[in-house]
Amino acid sequence: MKRIRSLIAGALCLSGVAGLAIPAQAAETIKVGILHSLSGTMAISETTLKDAMLMLIDDLNAQGGLLGMKVEPVVVDPASDWPLFAEKTRELLEKEKVAAIFGCWTSVSRKSVLPVVEELNGLLFYPVQYEGEESSRNIFYTGAAPNQQAIPAVDYLMNELGVQRFVLAGTDYVYPRTTNKILEQYLKDKGVAADDIMINYTPFGHSDWQTIVSDVKKFGSAGKKTAVVSTINGDANVPFYKELANQGIKAQDIPVVAFSVGEEELAGIDTKPLVGHLAAWNYFMSEDAAVNDAFIKKWHAFIKNDKRVTNDPMEAHYIGFNMWVQAVKQAGTADVDAVRQAMYGQKVPNLTGGISEMLPNHHITKPVLIGEIQPDGQFATVWRTDGLVAGDAWSDFIPESAKLTADWTYPWVCGNCEKPTYAQAGM
Amino acid sequence: MPRRPSFKLLLALALTAMIGAVLLVSAAAPARAADAAAFEAAVTALDQKSFGDKAKAVDALAALGDARTPQVLRALSAGQLVRHKETGRILIAAGGTLTDAATGEAVGPADGAPLAKIVANNQIRTQIEAALGAFLLFSENPAERITAARQVLGNPTPEAAPALVRALDAETDAGAREALTRALAAVQLLGGGTAAERLAAVETLSDTNDPALKALLTTAAANDPDAAVREAAGDAVKAIDTRMAVLEVGQNLIFGLSAGSILLLAAIGLAITFGVMGVINMAHGEMLMLGAYTTFVVQEVFRATLPPSVFGLYLVVAIPAAFVVTGAVGVAMERGIIRFLYGRPLETLLATWGISLILQQAVRSLFGATNREVANPEWMSGSLELLGLSLTANRIVIILFAFAVLGGLAAFLRWSSMGLNMRAVTQNRRMASAMGIPTGRVDALTFGLGSGIAGVAGVAISQVANVSPNLGQGYIVDSFMVVVFGGVGSLWGALAGAFSLGVVNKFLEPMAGAMLGKILVLVFIILFIQKRPRGLFALRGRAFEN
Amino acid sequence: MGPITRRLASLEKGRGWTVFLILTAAFAVGVPLLNAFAPADSALHVPTWVVQLMGKYLCYALLALALDLVWGFAGVLSLGHGAFFALGGYAMGMYLMRGIGDRSVYGNADLPDFMVFLNWKELPWYWWGFDQFWFAALMVVLVPGALAFVFGWLAFRSRITGVYLSIITQAMTYALMLAFFRNEMGFGGNNGLTDFKEILGFDMTADATKVGLYVATVLFLAASYLLCRFIVTSRLGRVLLALRDAESRVRFLGHSVTGAKLFAFTVSAMIAGIAGALYVPQVGIINPSEFSPANSIEVAIWTAVGGRGTLFGPILGALTVNGAKSFFTGVAPEIWLFFLGALFVVVTLFLPKGLLGLAATVKGLRRPTLPTPDTQPSGEKTHA
Repeated sequence: MKRIRSLIAGALCLSGVAGLAIPAQAAETIKVGILHSLSGTMAISETTLKDAMLMLIDDLNAQGGLLGMKVEPVVVDPASDWPLFAEKTRELLEKEKVAAIFGCWTSVSRKSVLPVVEELNGLLFYPVQYEGEESSRNIFYTGAAPNQQAIPAVDYLMNELGVQRFVLAGTDYVYPRTTNKILEQYLKDKGVAADDIMINYTPFGHSDWQTIVSDVKKFGSAGKKTAVVSTINGDANVPFYKELANQGIKAQDIPVVAFSVGEEELAGIDTKPLVGHLAAWNYFMSEDAAVNDAFIKKWHAFIKNDKRVTNDPMEAHYIGFNMWVQAVKQAGTADVDAVRQAMYGQKVPNLTGGISEMLPNHHITKPVLIGEIQPDGQFATVWRTDGLVAGDAWSDFIPESAKLTADWTYPWVCGNCEKPTYAQAGM
Repeated sequence: MPRRPSFKLLLALALTAMIGAVLLVSAAAPARAADAAAFEAAVTALDQKSFGDKAKAVDALAALGDARTPQVLRALSAGQLVRHKETGRILIAAGGTLTDAATGEAVGPADGAPLAKIVANNQIRTQIEAALGAFLLFSENPAERITAARQVLGNPTPEAAPALVRALDAETDAGAREALTRALAAVQLLGGGTAAERLAAVETLSDTNDPALKALLTTAAANDPDAAVREAAGDAVKAIDTRMAVLEVGQNLIFGLSAGSILLLAAIGLAITFGVMGVINMAHGEMLMLGAYTTFVVQEVFRATLPPSVFGLYLVVAIPAAFVVTGAVGVAMERGIIRFLYGRPLETLLATWGISLILQQAVRSLFGATNREVANPEWMSGSLELLGLSLTANRIVIILFAFAVLGGLAAFLRWSSMGLNMRAVTQNRRMASAMGIPTGRVDALTFGLGSGIAGVAGVAISQVANVSPNLGQGYIVDSFMVVVFGGVGSLWGALAGAFSLGVVNKFLEPMAGAMLGKILVLVFIILFIQKRPRGLFALRGRAFEN
Repeated sequence: MGPITRRLASLEKGRGWTVFLILTAAFAVGVPLLNAFAPADSALHVPTWVVQLMGKYLCYALLALALDLVWGFAGVLSLGHGAFFALGGYAMGMYLMRGIGDRSVYGNADLPDFMVFLNWKELPWYWWGFDQFWFAALMVVLVPGALAFVFGWLAFRSRITGVYLSIITQAMTYALMLAFFRNEMGFGGNNGLTDFKEILGFDMTADATKVGLYVATVLFLAASYLLCRFIVTSRLGRVLLALRDAESRVRFLGHSVTGAKLFAFTVSAMIAGIAGALYVPQVGIINPSEFSPANSIEVAIWTAVGGRGTLFGPILGALTVNGAKSFFTGVAPEIWLFFLGALFVVVTLFLPKGLLGLAATVKGLRRPTLPTPDTQPSGEKTHA
């Protein structure tokens, strides 16, 4: 008897889940999905991006919205759980019918979302620097590809600092693996001997850096100027830098150039011992541009805390969102296919005083900046590219990928092809 | 891709010319007063957009050889040099006040003034260090001379040789003499001396363990024009390598002890709540986190209310504060939830897991999801050399601290009446109760003690790791491993467990890599538990069966 | 009635069989029918994504059921069942990965993308055979089963019980997670396996495939439920119950405790492997975070929430908790952890027998309570 009752209870419970399916009321709004982890390990980085998106949407609505409608943010929490990213994407697209999704941070979350947006023809704006080797018709990559971050940084080390010996240190996942693979090839092409390259991978959240830092110190004592190229993932950076400082490695001796350390990460560290270590990004909060000052002011007002910093992925969302808004206006509809067509060639101001453009390979043009860490936790730009660098989906330094082209306009219409498909654009 | 190869060349030239000039000037008349207008012009010239121009301006300023030069250059190096956006004056912003860089007049408070920072980069900082080194070689203060000699040693250039020779001639202080001799040896080896001088230099430097000097010797072994010097340098490098290999074992041992001390701190609290009380507290990691956040709050209070001179003491205050805060949370947890679940350890596991989720989210809502900065106080920064091993201050403090906490706890359990009660309740609850010991109260306080100690561990962890809501998650599995491996219920087991795991891990890491090392340790623990299901230090007796 | 039919009938008491069949039919036939034939705008319509979501939850339910077999009936709380689940998932993922063929990003039919990328020239030996479905399907049960057998044999032989066992199972899943994170392992590192195209020749994005996978999950769940019930109502099941409640006495009576536990543990791991294999094609990705210790703890929580030692309770628990998780991460993303955390505390404090226990209590107010198996193992009652 008991079991019967409970079985029925279970059935009721499940039908509750099915109740989620009732389609949402159609309203005079354009919905935008925000898919950033608000709990779990990635909340540390992603929460800020959710807030940045809410600010941008607020701002747009204050100016009268889009196509005469309000833009409505739909915030969900994928909780740093990769399959949940896929589930939430499905929910956003099928249940909430959002016009675009702004979200993801880690590569694996993007990989998890990718099949879903492709299947349901959604649009994802991905704001983080990543390993490249991808161009999906349904994703716009507003962060840096390796050629917009890693390669210029290594150029800087070689040409300006005279570095001859390189430690490529990273967390063991796909972004560092790819970046290091590209860099290794690039360095070898530049005549750096294999002995002068040390590659080291550590697990996520690695907190005991004593051995590795002392190895780096040893590696750096071979009589040639040495630098560390760090693709160490967010969380592990604080103990890494603390260990560097404690073992007395100064930026003048062995500079560390990082690709994953921005203002937000530095906010958790006492930066005085780190002054002079480098980072390569496409945006620094310290950039001297009127548009940046305005953005920071707005951010401080929105978040009600003038100590909060801005960072590169926030700028990427700023660019991506403005491009999307412009494309929607131009297309006169928020329909995904129409907006995608309108996206190509869309130009919007970035926060460093230039104009970024959406390319047919779904990547954008960006300036590359090298900054040195300052005592106040900011970066001071010490070098920048003269113009904007176009993002490459496929690296020229990986043989299998060098032959591939990503171009979603006619005649290519393909993300990874060796020959044009001559498919009708929009298919 | 734009490249500016010319810049590096230019910098090198500028550097060489400047150091030459400074050394000449300073040798002739150290700290000569330059013409006020010329000095002011040179200072104003530092405000350049391009680093190449800035380097030239630094060069020019140093060449003036004015007594005020070091102060201005130091400010530039430290990022304290600013331009007032309205008056255009170059100012030094230090300690919240502004001083005119050229005239030395106080200008007013820095707060709110429209300032544009004059930025230095690594090359300029290196340049400034070299220039200051040359200045300070002739300082009145022996300590400054030693610092200057060390700076030359760290960054030797052939041009520094004449100044070093002169400084050495005039030197009376023994410590400074030694530092200068080494610096001179390095400079001569680099190309500033004759073959005989270089040979002597190799001799002088051969006892070093400093990687930078080893690098110098390695270069000499390969490139020196003289065969004898090459050979001597080669031998010296070999000797250094042998010494280093021995040192490496010592170094790994110390790394292991240091890693073990963190494990120990994280596990001691658990050894009490899990080992003594049998409560599987999955929220243990969150106790560490709360301790770290308490440290953060105490630090902020210090920053806001007390003068910077006592800031370094915030950690001392944070320790009792963390103990009280997490201890109170622990008592609340025990009274509110856990006491209803005694005898059902697996249910406790689930309930405390729920609590850990709530605590994480509470901290996230309160402090935000991002990392919080907890500064290392002055006395915990830097490193010291002992027998050629470099020991970082914070690690040593943490090792000592771990022992102190363990010792204190053991003493408390052994000698205090509360400790006696705790042991009694652990060993035979009914009997203890019959003897009139208030078991409920003892339970609450024991749990509070375990949590409080976890909080204290959190203070230490805040010094080496991220302070974020996820802090605890990284330690929970490791803590359980230590307790189970060492032997549940035994403080000495926790000690032995933590240090052996730490040391084994650190010896495996160079061989197998960090990831594989950790996996091997885990597999080892799993197999070890098969052999000794009760851990290293098993408590025996009927009470501990089941 | 032949003996087999009688044995089958004895699996459920009273109207149990009727309800079981009705529920199975409702889920296996009713939901797909509503999905296919109810008009899209009607309240009865079940969109495909909901079907897929339910499929995912049912995989979790299958995993919770597997755990209940060892925890609820043999008293072995494994906090490493996520590992068996993930291993089954990886076996299926490897089959799906091989099925991509030359539609991969680099167009290499012989090697998955991540191997091309890591410059691997040929398929490592442990990937051989995974292009055949039958082989992969065999591995789905054999790999978790073998691991459970070896691990269990070592652990039960040394009489590791209670919390010690729970903790070393955590160590096991943690070690596996770290191992699978390593790119050199050849399982795709942190990104795991993804971008699947088809399963048994069916397009993975087709609605029919999704519904098919869902139905398969329902059927596997139903079959596993019957299998578990068969085990626990057998002689062996009674030995399991007995050793859960007083292991030493069972040992003294001459029963092979190690053998009985090992059997249950291995079968349970195999069911968990099947759950993982069904899960992967429905969520489209398998990666090492499935091994994370926290995931395995969550499984124990689903089981406890539903009511352990009941076989049906864990299914209910997994559906409830995951339904709540999906719901709250959508409507209250900032504070959903408070709800989830509070749920665990409330269940353990006030509902020691889970939701099913609650249902029984409510009913008990009206009717005398039926004798139920003691869900409170006395072996764990000793304090420390």
